[in-house]
Amino acid sequence: MILSEYKSKELLSQYGVAVPEGRVARTAAEAEALCREVTATKYVVKAQIGAGGRGLAGGVKFAATPSAVRSEAEKMLGKPLVTQQTNASGEIVKEVYVEAAVEIAADAFIAIVLDQNAQPTLLASATGGVNFEEQARRNPDMVSSLTLAGNDVEAFLQGLGFQNAKAAAKLVENAHKAFLANEMTLLEINPLAMLASGDWVAVDAKISIDGSAMFRHPELETLVMDHALSSVERTAQENEINLVKLDGNIGVVVNGAGLGLATNDMLVDAGGKPANFMDIRTTATSFQIAKGVELLLEDSAVKIILLNVHGGGMTVCDTVTEGVAFAYARAKRKPPIVARLAGQNVEWAHRMLSERRLPVTVCTSMGEAVDKAVSIAKGGRV
Amino acid sequence: MAILIDETTKVMVHGMTGRSGTFYTDLAMRYGSNYVAGVRPGKGGTKHLGLPVFDTAAEAVAQTGANASLIMVPAHHAAEAMIDAITAMVGVIVCVTERVPQHDMTQVMAALEGSDSVLIGPNSQGILTPGGCKIGVMPTRDARPGVVGIASRSASLTSEILAQTSVAGLGQSTTVGVGGDAIHGIGFVECLKRFREDDQTKVVVLIGEIGGREEEDAAAYLTTLDYGKPVIALVVGREAPKEKRMGHAGTLSIFGSETAQDKTDLLRKAGVIIAKNADDVVPCVTKAL
Repeated sequence: MILSEYKSKELLSQYGVAVPEGRVARTAAEAEALCREVTATKYVVKAQIGAGGRGLAGGVKFAATPSAVRSEAEKMLGKPLVTQQTNASGEIVKEVYVEAAVEIAADAFIAIVLDQNAQPTLLASATGGVNFEEQARRNPDMVSSLTLAGNDVEAFLQGLGFQNAKAAAKLVENAHKAFLANEMTLLEINPLAMLASGDWVAVDAKISIDGSAMFRHPELETLVMDHALSSVERTAQENEINLVKLDGNIGVVVNGAGLGLATNDMLVDAGGKPANFMDIRTTATSFQIAKGVELLLEDSAVKIILLNVHGGGMTVCDTVTEGVAFAYARAKRKPPIVARLAGQNVEWAHRMLSERRLPVTVCTSMGEAVDKAVSIAKGGRV
Repeated sequence: MAILIDETTKVMVHGMTGRSGTFYTDLAMRYGSNYVAGVRPGKGGTKHLGLPVFDTAAEAVAQTGANASLIMVPAHHAAEAMIDAITAMVGVIVCVTERVPQHDMTQVMAALEGSDSVLIGPNSQGILTPGGCKIGVMPTRDARPGVVGIASRSASLTSEILAQTSVAGLGQSTTVGVGGDAIHGIGFVECLKRFREDDQTKVVVLIGEIGGREEEDAAAYLTTLDYGKPVIALVVGREAPKEKRMGHAGTLSIFGSETAQDKTDLLRKAGVIIAKNADDVVPCVTKAL
């Protein structure tokens, strides 16, 4: 559950973390008008998307005047922004944040996460900025970590070369409070900027809230980014199915995340192109599975359905085949199915597939099913 | 032999009186596992499925000698139940519950520190010693006692690989689902250590996936010693959609690599045999034996 930049900053400022003054706009005209409410000598216009890598992709632009703000906002709004962290089609920019540009005297990076023992842990580096992630990946030693409970944050930051470490430690303390109170799984401030005055300010911020803890934080529900998922993916979620759309032509129906990942790996190795990743959660009913399959059938790119199920202790084979049968009974378009079923209730599921007269080819191994699906997708015989 | 649990293990169930608790306790008992008690605060003194129900794990231990617990309670009570079991010094604690809030794990992990309890999960399908004891929600129809030890991050792939090893006539010593959550109890390294000491286990299969540090930690451990038994690993998610990956600091290496390739490279360097895909695991095992 990722919060967009401005919502992250709103939340942090409630806990005493300093952020530059800013306003969010949904149209270019609004962006220009809002400049009047922001005290600044220079503005910065920032695309509000979930993915990182924005700065290098043209999603952050400086503007000297309100009319320049308008034209930068115009270039971003309603258009996809492709960054290193999005897929090839990018993420559509629906909101921009107009902010007072600050004079940065020094920039740093901090993040708070839960470590493997669920202890809140500070990650920090005295150098931050747009290239930080790339640099840190190449040189992991750039980032130092400290368990927050019972440790001296100021001395730690001082040791890393932070200027005015006392003020930076105070900011970390406030951020830590926000992290705990809102059950965050990640709080990242990059850059954390020191102004000429010595004050530390969160120039960019990213927050991820634990989705499993949302029941305790109904007030955060409106803050969570709703455009991180496509409508198809959201419908799937509502039906207990994790679905990620891809751009191939083989619709994949699989139970379990591990088996789903394994299936897509094998499809790609065999020269095929999956149309999606699917993980039917153990809690899904056959009606919900039918909805998931319908989402694939509605996509005209899908030429074939690969059904790969290992009936387990919680999702048995026939629950899935029943869902497929429901979906096919209602669908206008009935692409061929290649099925590989194993595990709990496999015999019953096979019988169901043939009795419901589904256009199915049954295979015994995953490899055989994958090869068959790829060959049909490429125009081979069913 | 097997690891962690066998036919002598006495199991209590936190949340036995609930719908899932009832269903999976019944299945496990039918499989022949030795279930001795249920725990449900407020229902102490009653009976369910013919077993006594207690308010706390400590009472269940005192009255029945239970030394393992299956936790199947709603997510917001899971931490409480895990801590109840740890405080009662239960040896093996299996938490099946999904979506346990991560911040709730802070206290659980602190309670675990310095205790002798082994926590499996949360969000684990459980642990199975075929023919001996089942603590979890996995299917058992394809399980056979045998020589393959399995430690896995994926329930569905465990069922798949387990079935394949049975068809090949190898069977399993014990299968452990370490759980799908970022913060969890037992990991690959602890499983490897126990499988190494176990006479029944002749070969170990690790089923990994993208994200987390399990594979990296296993590789680091295996480079420190001559393990003495073949280890085969399958790491899935090479072609995972980008959206499945974390967008920002999650990609920093202290959280583990974001690619399956990095993980398999490290494991291969540590002497692990890498299975190309899910169909290649059993051929690798057979060849290694």
